[in-house]
Amino acid sequence: MATETARAAGSMRAEAVPTDPAHAGHLKLEDRIWLLRAMLLMRGIEERAMSLYRQGKVPGSFYDGYGQEAVSAGAAFAMAPEDRLCILHRDLAAHLIRGVSPVRILSQYMGRAGGVTRGRDGNVHFGDRTLGCVGMVSMLPDMMLVATGMAMAFKLRGERRCALTWFGDGSTSRGDFHEAMNWAGVQKLPVVFVLENNQYAYSTPLDKQFAVDPVERAAAYGFTGVTVDGNDAEAMFEATLAARQRAVAGEGPTLIEAVTMRMHGHAAHDDMKYVPKEQVEEWRRRDPVERQERRLRDLGVDIDAVRAEVSAEIDAAATEALAGPMPTADDVLEGVFAMGEAEPLGDGRAPWSGWASAGTAGSDTGDAAGGDA
Amino acid sequence: MATLTYLQAISAALRDELRADERVLVMGEDIGVFGGAFKVTDGFVAEFGSGRVMDTPLAESAIIGCAIGAAVVGMRPVCEMQFADFISCGFDQLVNVAGKMHYRQDLAVPITVRLPSGGGFSGGPFHSQNPEALFMHSPGIKVVAPSTAEDAKGLLHAAIRDPNPVCFMEHKHLYRRVKGEVPEGVFETPFTARVARAGSDLVVIAYGAMVQVALQATEDLDGASVEVLDLRSLVPLDEEAILDSVARCSKVVIVDEANMTCAAGAQVAALIAEKGFEDLDGPVVRVATPDVPIPFSPPLEQAVLPGVDRVKEACRDLLAY
Repeated sequence: MATETARAAGSMRAEAVPTDPAHAGHLKLEDRIWLLRAMLLMRGIEERAMSLYRQGKVPGSFYDGYGQEAVSAGAAFAMAPEDRLCILHRDLAAHLIRGVSPVRILSQYMGRAGGVTRGRDGNVHFGDRTLGCVGMVSMLPDMMLVATGMAMAFKLRGERRCALTWFGDGSTSRGDFHEAMNWAGVQKLPVVFVLENNQYAYSTPLDKQFAVDPVERAAAYGFTGVTVDGNDAEAMFEATLAARQRAVAGEGPTLIEAVTMRMHGHAAHDDMKYVPKEQVEEWRRRDPVERQERRLRDLGVDIDAVRAEVSAEIDAAATEALAGPMPTADDVLEGVFAMGEAEPLGDGRAPWSGWASAGTAGSDTGDAAGGDA
Repeated sequence: MATLTYLQAISAALRDELRADERVLVMGEDIGVFGGAFKVTDGFVAEFGSGRVMDTPLAESAIIGCAIGAAVVGMRPVCEMQFADFISCGFDQLVNVAGKMHYRQDLAVPITVRLPSGGGFSGGPFHSQNPEALFMHSPGIKVVAPSTAEDAKGLLHAAIRDPNPVCFMEHKHLYRRVKGEVPEGVFETPFTARVARAGSDLVVIAYGAMVQVALQATEDLDGASVEVLDLRSLVPLDEEAILDSVARCSKVVIVDEANMTCAAGAQVAALIAEKGFEDLDGPVVRVATPDVPIPFSPPLEQAVLPGVDRVKEACRDLLAY
């Protein structure tokens, strides 16, 4: 069920997102399996990484998105190849959907040469620029402005594409959240903001973070806000697809509040003592992976086979990553500055069956600049 | 060649780039219809439209953050901070997002941030600052600071065409006070130092408005042969040119308009201490603004900003050493 707020209408209810087995919305069976696969991969890779962390093979700390897999899987699945994403640290499924391989991710966690950043940054601080993704910085809502700027360029060049970024409930307190929401609203930009409301910013609960439901703020900035069950990958997909359609139609940004729960601590060292046990238990019953499995099992999909395939893929990736070398410090001083012509982002993988017949709507070469915003 | 003011040279560079490359856009507060607080973009909207000469919301973090986003999808944004002082509100985006992007992700961020900087006209503590050293200390950001009309144009062309974030420190006090011959069309000035006046007894090392102060202070200094080295670029810093001047002159005065501690001149002094020690015939002398906010009232402001008399005195003392 989604609720929608808009400037003119105030608060109103939107049509329910069809997510029961009989009404799959815009998803074919192969897509629904893809979503499950992406979530299983995310969970499996993160579980493997946590075990590597405990063995001392992952330096620093380790951050995961256990229980939040549907938010990044569903949203990223609605993105076209030419769209651009700023991906945050509980959104591993988005990297997997865009085409980053598990071995590069596990190598990244371990600070190995084969990681996406070649050991220059850790954990989920990465973005494969060739796949249209920009890696996060630790000041999380910063990326909202980067996504807004991408959308600004798309609009200036008259391209039918959008930018999307994720951020958390804690991010809504930072100035960059407000600056991005305001700018995107003023210029009516094709950007999708996914607010991953996972109940806690580190240890700080929602009632110490904001005085109003943050989805209400969308209306204050002049655009649509939608609340979605963030533990339902298909609902996330449908809400994001609708937001993308609004964006490329020139109808401006959307704030999607994905309500979910951070089922692990902020990072590996955090024992979550501040979270009531009943709250965890309640959310455990709403597990997004199990939910998608139930749906597909009812449709006759062999879930065990999907799980086995994913598990084998992770085993192979872990073996390969563990065999990979650590980076040498030979070039540790290189690359602070770019040399030669700047290479912009490339297109990412977009597995949704709906994109199969769609053409590319733009590119980052910027050959169509001009026109009034 | 045309005779342009420093400000006209900046406008001309922006106009040339907007004409030459449709990826270029300028963005900032009040730069559109109003033409900017200092009229650098006066008349631009009529020629290039409100999309490429963009009046933005009053939000410096957003200006820089959105420029980064546009840059990584192929644009070449030029941001105007209305005053260099306001960069403090965009510091995080510039230092953490733009500056570290290429090192972490091999993703270039070709943005230029224009920073109208400096004091001398009762701007007070929030309209007079010289924040360049903050960005020298942040990896991944280039910093340039022209002192002449020709360099203002050439360095701005080079900054816009550079694939990295570049802070372009344009000194407000030079806008209409400095004029000079400027070649027509696009030309790129390298990010290297320039000998503004050759000499052999002492070198004054400076950048931005302090180059003009140094030239004036040493024009006739009791017959001494005084070199003036205009750094032009702070990142990269032209170590070779600095050490060449030190080797030739053996005595060095370094002038910063910025606050003394950890200013650009402190880095220059450290470089000379490390690599030019054998060439020195006296202590490295620094002239800079003491570590106070820039006061408003003219006699107070003049008391702290380095002026011709202070530079003269420093040079005379060192020559007599």
